[in-house]
Amino acid sequence: MLTAPPLVDIQDLKVTFTGGPKPICAVNGVDLALERGETLAILGESGSGKSVTLRALLRLNPEKRTKVDGRIAVGGEDVLALKPRELQAFRGRTVSMIFQEPALALDPVYTLGHQIAETIVKHNGGSYADAKAKALDLFERVRIPSPERRLENYPHEMSGGMRQRAMIALALACNPKVLLADEPTTALDATVQIQILLLIRELQREFGIAVIFVTHDIGVAVEVADRVAVMYGGRIVETGPIRDIIRRPRHPYTIGLLKSRAHDAMAKGTRLDAIPGSPPDLANLPPGCSFAPRCKLGTPACTEAVPEPVAVGEGHEARCFRTDQTAAA
Amino acid sequence: MTQPLLTVRGLVKHFPIAGGLFGQKKVVRAVDGVDFDVIDGETLGIVGESGCGKSTTARLLMHLMPQTSGEILFDAAKVGSPDLSLSEYRRQVQMVFQDSYASLNPRLTIESSIAFGPQVHGVPQREAIERARDLLAKVGLEPSRFAGRYPHELSGGQRQRINIARALALRPRIVILDEAVSALDKSVEAQVLNLLMDLKDEFKLTYIFISHDLHVVRYMSDRVMVMYLGKVAEIGPSEAIFETPLHPYSAALTRSMPTMDPDNRTMAAPLSGDPPNPIDPPSGCRFHTRCSFAEGVCSQREPVLTAAGAFHHVACLRSEPGSGHTMAPSSAIAA
Ligand SMILES: Nc1ncnc2c1ncn2[C@@H]1O[C@H](COP(=O)(O)OP(=O)(O)OP(=O)(O)O)[C@@H](O)[C@H]1O
Ligand SMILES: Nc1ncnc2c1ncn2[C@@H]1O[C@H](COP(=O)(O)OP(=O)(O)OP(=O)(O)O)[C@@H](O)[C@H]1O
Ligand code: SF4
Ligand SMILES: [Mg+2]
Ligand SMILES: [Mg+2]
Repeated sequence: MLTAPPLVDIQDLKVTFTGGPKPICAVNGVDLALERGETLAILGESGSGKSVTLRALLRLNPEKRTKVDGRIAVGGEDVLALKPRELQAFRGRTVSMIFQEPALALDPVYTLGHQIAETIVKHNGGSYADAKAKALDLFERVRIPSPERRLENYPHEMSGGMRQRAMIALALACNPKVLLADEPTTALDATVQIQILLLIRELQREFGIAVIFVTHDIGVAVEVADRVAVMYGGRIVETGPIRDIIRRPRHPYTIGLLKSRAHDAMAKGTRLDAIPGSPPDLANLPPGCSFAPRCKLGTPACTEAVPEPVAVGEGHEARCFRTDQTAAA
Repeated sequence: MTQPLLTVRGLVKHFPIAGGLFGQKKVVRAVDGVDFDVIDGETLGIVGESGCGKSTTARLLMHLMPQTSGEILFDAAKVGSPDLSLSEYRRQVQMVFQDSYASLNPRLTIESSIAFGPQVHGVPQREAIERARDLLAKVGLEPSRFAGRYPHELSGGQRQRINIARALALRPRIVILDEAVSALDKSVEAQVLNLLMDLKDEFKLTYIFISHDLHVVRYMSDRVMVMYLGKVAEIGPSEAIFETPLHPYSAALTRSMPTMDPDNRTMAAPLSGDPPNPIDPPSGCRFHTRCSFAEGVCSQREPVLTAAGAFHHVACLRSEPGSGHTMAPSSAIAA
C-alpha cells in the first residue's frame, strides 16, 4: 500500500518531569497523526497534558529536567534527533506556535514590524526591505486595520485582540507547515474570541497549513476543528471526527463531559449531570484506566490494565474496555 | 413588585490615574451611573466584556471601597445609617472570588478559616467550629477527613467549596459570586453549580452571579444584566436576554457564543474590533462605535434605561420614545 505518512506523526509519546521530589507523568503514551491542511483540536481539562504535548513537538519542555520517550516526526524529520542548529530552523519554519498570552511570543522593546522582519531575515535570508514588505502583507492578511501604522506599534500599544492578531502574523512569517495554537482565545472576550477563531479558520484555508488547536472549551473545538482528540490524565482517551465526538461520544469521560455542560435547551432548575470526583494526580496515577475512579461503567478489570484504543467508527477510537456499553441507544 | 432586597441608584466609581498630560486629571470610568435592583430570592447574572465594570460593581456592593457617588440600599436602609451598620451589612452580603487559593489563609486549617468570620462577629468559638463542620458536610467535604487540612492539601474544586462554606458561615442573605467557578475544570464546575443551587434553596439565598461563560449565566440566572463600558446596556429576564435581546450589544454578545453544531458553524463575527478604553469612552451611546444600527444621534445623545417589557429595560436610542433615532417609537407611551 502506498499511503504517504502523515505530516505530523507522534507515536507513544511519554513526557515525565523529573525535577521535583516525585516524577510527574504528564504525558503517558500519546499517538497523534495530522494530515496536511487538517485542523485537530486537543480537548481536555487543566493538567491533562495538552500544553506539554504541544511543547514536546517544538522541544520546548526544559530538556534537563524532562524525560521524553517515543517518536515525533514532522514532514519526515525526526524531531527528537534534531541538532541545535536544525532545531532553530525547525522552529518557526516547519512548526510555529501561538499562545494564550501574546507576551510569551512578542518582545516588548521592539515594534511589531521590526520583530516580524527580523524573524523573516533570520530564517529565510533576503533583504530587510523585502522582509518589511512581507510583514505588511501579513498584517493585512490577519486583518489588522491601518496595517502600515500598526507595524510601527509596540505590543503594549495594542488592544488584546489586536496583539493576538499580531502574534498570529509573527507565527506565519516563515510559512510554517504546522501551526500550534495553545488556547489562543481563552483570555479574550466572547465577541473578540469568535473573530480570532474565524481568522484562524480562514488563514488555515488560505495558507493550507495544518493546525493543532488546544482548548478546554468544546464549543471552540466545534468552531475550528475537523477532528478532536480528547485528553485525560496524559492520554488521548478518544479521537474522531468532530461530528462523531459531539453526537456519538463513546468514551465515558467524553460522554460525562458533554452531559455535565449547562446548555441552552435546559429547563430552569434541572440539576447538571456532574462527573463525581476530580481529575487524577499525575504524580500518583492510578493503575489501569486513569478515569476508572470516576467512571460509572468501571469494573475491577479497568483498574488493572490500561485499555488500548478500540475502533468504534470510521477514524473514531476510544480507549475504554466497555465501549460495548457506550453505544447510543 | 415586592420591595427589592438591594437597590442601587446612580452608582459611580472613577479611578484616578497617574500621569495625565499637562497635569490633567484623568480617570478610569469603571462604573459610570448604574441603576438596578436585586429581588429577594433571585439570581441576578451580570455579563459583559472584560473591564466593563462587573467586579468593580461587586466590590462597591461589598463596601470594599468607597463609591464616587450613588447609593446602595439594603432592605430600604442606607448602609452606615443608624438602621444598618456597616458590620451588620457585611454579615448580610458575602462574596466568593475566582481565585480559590488567594482568598484562603494558608496558615489556617480550613475549619478555622470557616469559623473565623463568625468568631469576629461574636459567635463563641465552640459554636463557630460546630457551624464550620456543619457547612463542610453541606458543601460535600466529609468533616472528619477535611476539617484539619490546610488549603494547599486540597484541589481547586475543593478549595472553592471551602470559600463557599466560608461565605455562608455568617448566614448572609446575599452571596456575590464573581467568576466563582471560572477557574474550575469543566467536570468539577458542574458539581459546584449543583451545590450552589442546593444551598440557595436550603438557605433561601439571593445570588449575584458574575461570569464570562454565557451558558452558565443563562443556566443559573433568573434575570441578567448586560454591562458595557461602565453602564447597564440591558437588564431583564434571562430568557428574554438570551432569546430576544433588545440591545444591539446583547444581541452581538449572545451570537458570539460558539455553536455546538459542527454543521452550523458561525460564519461571520457579530462584532468587529475590541471594546474601547474606559478612560475615554465614546460620546453619546458608548456602543455607537461598534453598533450596526448607529445613526448620527447615537454619538450625541446618551440613551437612558427605558422599560421595554415585563421587568425588561434597555438603554438604546432605538427603543427610547422620541429619541430621534429613526427606529424609535415616536412618543412616550404612558406607563
Ligand atoms: N516544566 C514542568 N515541570 C513539572 N511539571 C510540569 C511542567 N510543565 C507542566 N507540568 C505538569 O504537567 C501536567 C500537564 O500540564 P499541561 O500544561 O500540559 O496541562 P494542560 O492540559 O495544558 O492544562 P491547562 O488547561 O491548565 O493549560 C500538569 O500537572 C503540570 O503541572
Ligand atoms: N483599583 C483600580 N485602579 C484603577 N483602575 C481600576 C481598578 N480596578 C479596576 N480598574 C479598571 O476599571 C475597569 C473595570 O474593571 P472591572 O475589574 O470592574 O472589570 P470587569 O468587568 O470585572 O472585567 P473582567 O471581566 O476582566 O473581570 C477596568 O478598566 C479596570 O482596568
Ligand atoms: S443607541 Fe444607537 S449606537 Fe447605541 S446601541 Fe442603540 S442604535 Fe446602537
Ligand atoms: Mg495548557
Ligand atoms: Mg472581573
